[in-house]
Amino acid sequence: MSPNIHWKSLPGPQDIHRSELSNGITLLCRRNGASPSVVISGYLIAGSQFDPPEKAGLAYLTSLMLMRGTQKHSFQQIFDALESAGASLGFGASVHNVSFSGRSLAEDLPLLLDLTAECLFTPTFPLDQLERLRAQMMTGFAMREQDTEEMASMRFEEILFPDHPYGRAEDGYTETVRPLTQAELITFHQTHYGPKGMVIVVVGSIEPQQVAAMVEERFGTWQNPHQTAAAPFPPIHSLTTSTREHIAITGKIQSDLVMGCLGPHRKSPDYLAASLGNNILGQFGMMGRIGDVVREQAGLAYSASTSLNAWIAAGSWEVSAGVNPVNLDKAIDLIIVELRRFTSEQVTAEELADSQANYIGRLPLSLESNGGVAGALLNLERFQLGLDYYQRYPTLIQAVTRAEVLEAARRWLDADRLAIVSAGPARE
Amino acid sequence: MPIPITRLTLPNGLVLHLKEIHDAPLVSHWVWYRVGSRNEVPGRTGISHWVEHMQFKGTPDFPAGILDKAISRTGGMWNAFTYLDWTTYFETMPADTIDLGLRLEADRMTASIYDPDEVEHERTVVISEREGDENEPLFRLGEAVQSASFDRHPYRSEVIGSQADLHHITRDELYQHYRTYYQPGNAVVAVAGDFDTEAMIMRLRELYEKVPGEFTERLSLPPEPPLESERRVIVEGPGETTFLQLAFRSPAASDPDFFAMTVLDSLLTGPTSLNMFGGGGVSNRTSRLYRTLVEGELAVSVHGGLPATIDPFTYDITITVRPDKTADQVLAAVEKEIYLLQNTPVAEAEVARAIKQARALFAYGSENITNQGFWLGYAEMFASYAWFENYLQQLEAVTPADVQRVAQTRFTPNSRVTGIYLPTGNEEESHS
Repeated sequence: MSPNIHWKSLPGPQDIHRSELSNGITLLCRRNGASPSVVISGYLIAGSQFDPPEKAGLAYLTSLMLMRGTQKHSFQQIFDALESAGASLGFGASVHNVSFSGRSLAEDLPLLLDLTAECLFTPTFPLDQLERLRAQMMTGFAMREQDTEEMASMRFEEILFPDHPYGRAEDGYTETVRPLTQAELITFHQTHYGPKGMVIVVVGSIEPQQVAAMVEERFGTWQNPHQTAAAPFPPIHSLTTSTREHIAITGKIQSDLVMGCLGPHRKSPDYLAASLGNNILGQFGMMGRIGDVVREQAGLAYSASTSLNAWIAAGSWEVSAGVNPVNLDKAIDLIIVELRRFTSEQVTAEELADSQANYIGRLPLSLESNGGVAGALLNLERFQLGLDYYQRYPTLIQAVTRAEVLEAARRWLDADRLAIVSAGPARE
Repeated sequence: MPIPITRLTLPNGLVLHLKEIHDAPLVSHWVWYRVGSRNEVPGRTGISHWVEHMQFKGTPDFPAGILDKAISRTGGMWNAFTYLDWTTYFETMPADTIDLGLRLEADRMTASIYDPDEVEHERTVVISEREGDENEPLFRLGEAVQSASFDRHPYRSEVIGSQADLHHITRDELYQHYRTYYQPGNAVVAVAGDFDTEAMIMRLRELYEKVPGEFTERLSLPPEPPLESERRVIVEGPGETTFLQLAFRSPAASDPDFFAMTVLDSLLTGPTSLNMFGGGGVSNRTSRLYRTLVEGELAVSVHGGLPATIDPFTYDITITVRPDKTADQVLAAVEKEIYLLQNTPVAEAEVARAIKQARALFAYGSENITNQGFWLGYAEMFASYAWFENYLQQLEAVTPADVQRVAQTRFTPNSRVTGIYLPTGNEEESHS
């Protein structure tokens, strides 16, 4: 543990102000006096999990339309206020949540809060703006069809999570977004936007008590008796055998590869061991063991790395690489050899110690900016980790053993039950 | 109150810039070299970027591979970038571990090995990086527009270099390029963060004063004459989306017009952030071209780019055309907006707004120690540190008349390169 890191200076119960507004919205604030600016972020439970499959993209489109006009202001007026102040604000949807984030100079925090509340409570979904946004999304889909990386990972998720919200693109598809109507957006907003489960985070050059009053004034009276709770997700099963798919996209030079398995959810007891293992496998140094074999030794790719994505209900553990089409099979073989090794023998004591040191040492760097702290506070709340989590973190990390890393690897990674997807030039 | 900067030059010509910031227990350390694609000759395009890759391949004291791990172990990060005018290396690390970063940079200024096997190996990695770029329609369009924008100046080539050159550059050419430009007199060391200035200067002297100062000459290139007539380049490729890119010759960063051009860019396509790390940007929904093109249902997005460079480069406007519209319809609308800027003075308030945006972007960038380190050295590569210090003042001095004059002199149709990416459609996508 680095002796120079003052653990008490990391966000903790002593300086995270957590409170509830009168309608139940959770507010987290932390002051950062060194910065002249302020960041707000947060979420509400209105993500694509509520989209019927044939209307995939509804939650996403609804969230993007929030700033396109309200009962008080037009799209241009909203952005004129923001951009004139050098401020920014945006909404977007993921599977579980609609999230928002914004930043401004500290003096403009009231503006940021006013606009956030206004866009959330009183959007009007104007028709002309809806058509404009739809056209933008359609172009986005056409560009996605041409993007080897996006096509490979989209298909990978479909295979891993069949008939499940995690397996569908949050922003939808050409055929599902095209028929969405204004009435459907209005209904979605009325049914799913509400204070229940909502979280707001404010970090920066602010006084938490003042912020609490400002936020209560704007958000505390919001009610929605129609807000529906999320339904439980369908069960998820590991693959019973490996599948291999290639998506041919003409005119491409390089192929993108995504392969992997299910992974633990964020609150799983396996999570930290799997996360440290993932760091050893495909992140530490120059992309870990996989980077070492595929890039450094074989020179097959500019990038080859792994990621562990842990969400609320499940996760994925994946390897991705961009390779020349003639080297695709060779890269897959090399990766499979590494996965077998990773699930058959313990990582070395040195490897684990290295990754533990990395996790602990990088905390101050990830928490230096207002945006970094805001993201960290959101995670505390989203996964119910406790306000003292970052202060307990070094101990939690140090406690993970080599045996636990192997156990987690074996539980989740299986070189014989992989989803393997590539996208690029047609295969010969 | 601005934090003071310490600046000095060692006898061998190495320039040091230091800024103590004690908000977090972190230090960001940067070494900047005045070498980039501007210093390349035909047949060796991409050599500066490849040298940057080779700088991670080891010295006798720090063999390949050990540094990635040593830095990761501290929780720090490191990386490098090659651009038109410069190449830079940085480490941001916990303050008590930064000495490793200081030692490794001083070491690889002179001691990199360039092992022939490593060179061959890295050839495939760099080619793979280029092939990844070639998958992107906008890379292909940008490369064609850039090359049409200059007949002689090395700015005509992409930093990554051409496929052909990447196949032919030799180990000795790489090493020669390295030894020519990686010299104390051609470099700036910038350190920002949680350290003591006196102690840091002493340590940097220890590490660098033994390096002989051999390099003095700064490359001066003859100016590229203006284009005599509009040039059009068409790039065809897969997909369904048409892209339009316009490039006008931009003023050099040291040209007083650069700041009026910055305001012009902000009005036309939205403010551009100088922050390389963090801070985020400000959206461009109220910029003139967004209103005309996107709100006018001609395009789905528009962005502008004005890089700060030693010699005049290009100011680019990149537009994603709506599927139901043509590039020519978009072009006509852009020309109308430009005509308006040339013939109607902009309001004082519009200029003031661009300045407030720039000020906010600075505030956001200052939260991040890596970005602070970046700012300390960056402007030295194309102008001087004073350029950065005076940036906001220079913007504040811009008048509506300046904006109008720059629009008139820089945006003439004859000086424009018009690039169009024409999609050839989606052949049936197949699954196997």
